[in-house]
Amino acid sequence: MAELTIKERQAGDVTILDLTGKITIGEGSVALRSAIRRLLAEGKKKILLNLGGVSYVDSSGIGELVSSYTAVNKENGQLKLLNLTQKIQDLLAITKLLTVFDVYDDEAAALESFS
Amino acid sequence: MACYYRGFEIVWLKSDVGRRHDIFVTGEKTQLKIPSRIDMIDRAASLANEIATRCGFDAESIFGIELAVREAVSNAVVHGNREDESKIVEVAFTDAVNALTITVRDFGAGFDPESVPDPTREENLLKPSGRGMFFMRTFMDEVIWQHHPEGGTIVRMTKRRS
Repeated sequence: MAELTIKERQAGDVTILDLTGKITIGEGSVALRSAIRRLLAEGKKKILLNLGGVSYVDSSGIGELVSSYTAVNKENGQLKLLNLTQKIQDLLAITKLLTVFDVYDDEAAALESFS
Repeated sequence: MACYYRGFEIVWLKSDVGRRHDIFVTGEKTQLKIPSRIDMIDRAASLANEIATRCGFDAESIFGIELAVREAVSNAVVHGNREDESKIVEVAFTDAVNALTITVRDFGAGFDPESVPDPTREENLLKPSGRGMFFMRTFMDEVIWQHHPEGGTIVRMTKRRS
């Protein structure tokens, strides 16, 4: 079974990626990187990462979230986070990245924020 | 006594108390040696979780210990041994009365831990790397990096029982 499963949905011009599994060094981080690169190549620049199903993140995974954020910003797009687990929220808080990411716990509100 | 399990070696240095699923035998000190491969990091982290659980740490501490070991072994595999499979990473867990001490050794060229910038400073927030050592320092009570006299780097991490 893949370390990280990524399912894609479209809500208007916003692409939602539902992530399930672990974003850790190796397979999980690579899968996220590939997904973001593919979306940008397809011109999809409004991206909502639903992390509700992510059970574990390490520093590599946090780094990949940061890389995703900067890659999308560089293309004049927006990347936002949805449904952080308490552990991921804690890790983003202690690394001061909660001040960087736009974070939501309600999908409708997150989608509204893109418009 | 040593045994090989799914590609890495577990060595029982003291008492062999019991055997469970062919994976792990409790004792005061457990050492494992893994080849420098990314897929081995999970094995070391899982073992850290098992040992921390057996030692009676609470869920918060177990999470932190597993993450610290994951980061230390990742550093050893990627930055220390540079994923050279001919070089191993040695991980040792010592369960004492007051604390669990974990050492992770690589056989790389070594580095200066003070040269790694603080990832929480404004200018470093958007850098993709540099948070592993920060997590180790955050979740463990004491973390010390040393050059091993016979080569490589050894990091010693301690988590005290509250």
